[in-house]
Amino acid sequence: MTARFVAGRIGFYTLIAVLLAFFTIPLLWLASAPFTSDPTYEVAVPDFTWENFQAVVEHPYALPSLYNSLVLSAGTAVLVVAMAALAAYALSRVRLPGRDALLYALLLLSSIITGTAAMVPLFQLAVELNLIDSHFGLILILTGGLLPAAIFMLKDFMDSTPKSYEESARVFGASPLQIVRHVVVPLVRPGLATIGVWAVANVWGNFLMPYLLLSDVEKQPAAVITYTLYTEGGQANLRMLSTFGLLYSVPVVLMYLFVSKKYGFRFHGGIKR
Amino acid sequence: MAQATSSPPDLVDEEAPARRSYSSDAAGLGRLRAGIFVAPALLLVAAFLVFPALWVLYLGLTNYRLTGIAAAEPQFVGPANFIDAVSNPAFWNSTWLTVQFVLGSAVIGQVGLGFTIAWLLRDRQGPLKRLVEGLVILAWILPSAVVSFLWVALLDRDGGTLNALLGLPGSAWLLDHPMLSIIVFNTWRGTAFSMMLYGAALGNVPPSHLESARLAGASGWQQLRDVVFPHIRGHILTNLLLISLWTFNDFTPFLITAGGPDGRSEILAAHVYKVALQSGELGYGAAVSTVILLINLVVAVFYLRLLRSRK
Repeated sequence: MTARFVAGRIGFYTLIAVLLAFFTIPLLWLASAPFTSDPTYEVAVPDFTWENFQAVVEHPYALPSLYNSLVLSAGTAVLVVAMAALAAYALSRVRLPGRDALLYALLLLSSIITGTAAMVPLFQLAVELNLIDSHFGLILILTGGLLPAAIFMLKDFMDSTPKSYEESARVFGASPLQIVRHVVVPLVRPGLATIGVWAVANVWGNFLMPYLLLSDVEKQPAAVITYTLYTEGGQANLRMLSTFGLLYSVPVVLMYLFVSKKYGFRFHGGIKR
Repeated sequence: MAQATSSPPDLVDEEAPARRSYSSDAAGLGRLRAGIFVAPALLLVAAFLVFPALWVLYLGLTNYRLTGIAAAEPQFVGPANFIDAVSNPAFWNSTWLTVQFVLGSAVIGQVGLGFTIAWLLRDRQGPLKRLVEGLVILAWILPSAVVSFLWVALLDRDGGTLNALLGLPGSAWLLDHPMLSIIVFNTWRGTAFSMMLYGAALGNVPPSHLESARLAGASGWQQLRDVVFPHIRGHILTNLLLISLWTFNDFTPFLITAGGPDGRSEILAAHVYKVALQSGELGYGAAVSTVILLINLVVAVFYLRLLRSRK
């Protein structure tokens, strides 16, 4: 127990405490305001009322919008994970011509075209393809935007998994598709789970695209409904906002907890090149 | 083949020696099946990503507007929009603010903080590690509509938690320091990705190397510099590339400051939104988007160059 060791320990725990404070303090309001009868911006000890939740339940679009968010994010995540897994595996194991250039080009495009830049063409495209006001159309569009980054991350993941299992399965005469289903998928399951969570979180919070492509308020997801609460009568409706915000946040948190317990939520091997 | 312990290989694959007729990849996939595997993803990406991107490039050359005559029949105007952009001080202001935003919140904030947390917790297990990582990831997965409002509440002038903690009632952070506010916000928001990546990367550093450095009497900093960084250099650069691009095109700060006050936090993503949707100048907005795309391309090429260059 040298003095230097003790100082090191003290420094370490001080740093951890500062980090914990930095990441916790912004979240406090979300934990207290929904249970306070007349919330302000101040974080106060709540008086544990359920009235705000009552108000959210009675709001005609609040709970349905959560269901819409669920449909959109689950649909997108399933498509993204399935397509990205197939593509990433093929790109990782087979040297297709122009592979790296293609990946980087798509990654570049996806980073920009998912934002404000693509609004106009995507809207026009959706009109042409008759995808306005359709959840399925929105799922396709969101999937297209998320796929490049998902393939990029999954390919790294696959690059860092050993090939020996596949090779030995092949020696025993398994067909390529059997190998993918029974050998590769179990190996990369944590990676698939991570990408799934990432896709759900992305769609769950996405405001621009649904706002643009869904005009029917009954089809709109929670992100869009949250904004209508901002501007009701010019003043942010803090009761509704805080409570709905909490309800809107809980599903992603539960999903993350579930996935991290079951599969682990981390990038094994990390991203190589 | 790249093992987990080898340094990232070059981007340029040496073409394998002449192929035998039978596929030589691990699962015997072969090029045809590989192509079929890639096809569905490529189709969707082509329809909803590549095609709109090309359309943006075209729109940037027209005087397309949201309403009025130019909405019905846009005229081809060539580079006029680009000339407008480079002669518009608001555009240069936005570009400069975006550079600050990316350097401050992504390159310094997220990478620095993410690596620090990963390094501090590298050989720990148990509840403390789970608590810290859980909270950092929580900030990352909550919907942006919610977290942006949480920060508005946190930084509020009268009732905000920050002023209450600092004992500075009445400091208007969002009005006096809009850029600082969104940089700190985005650091808080996005650190999780870097933290997880570096956590995984540090797991790849062979403990024996660190052990021999320690025995040779290297200080913590020397171990970092001589053992850890060479091993995870590829990860650092890839991570930098991804988060730079994401930060560059991030729209969330707009929800906190709306680009204000007087455009003092109007980063390029917010600028495009304002000119395209609020003023309806779609052609001009598309031209600015094209410029953003070009800047992103330069950034990406710069990183890839760094990645390729061997020390």
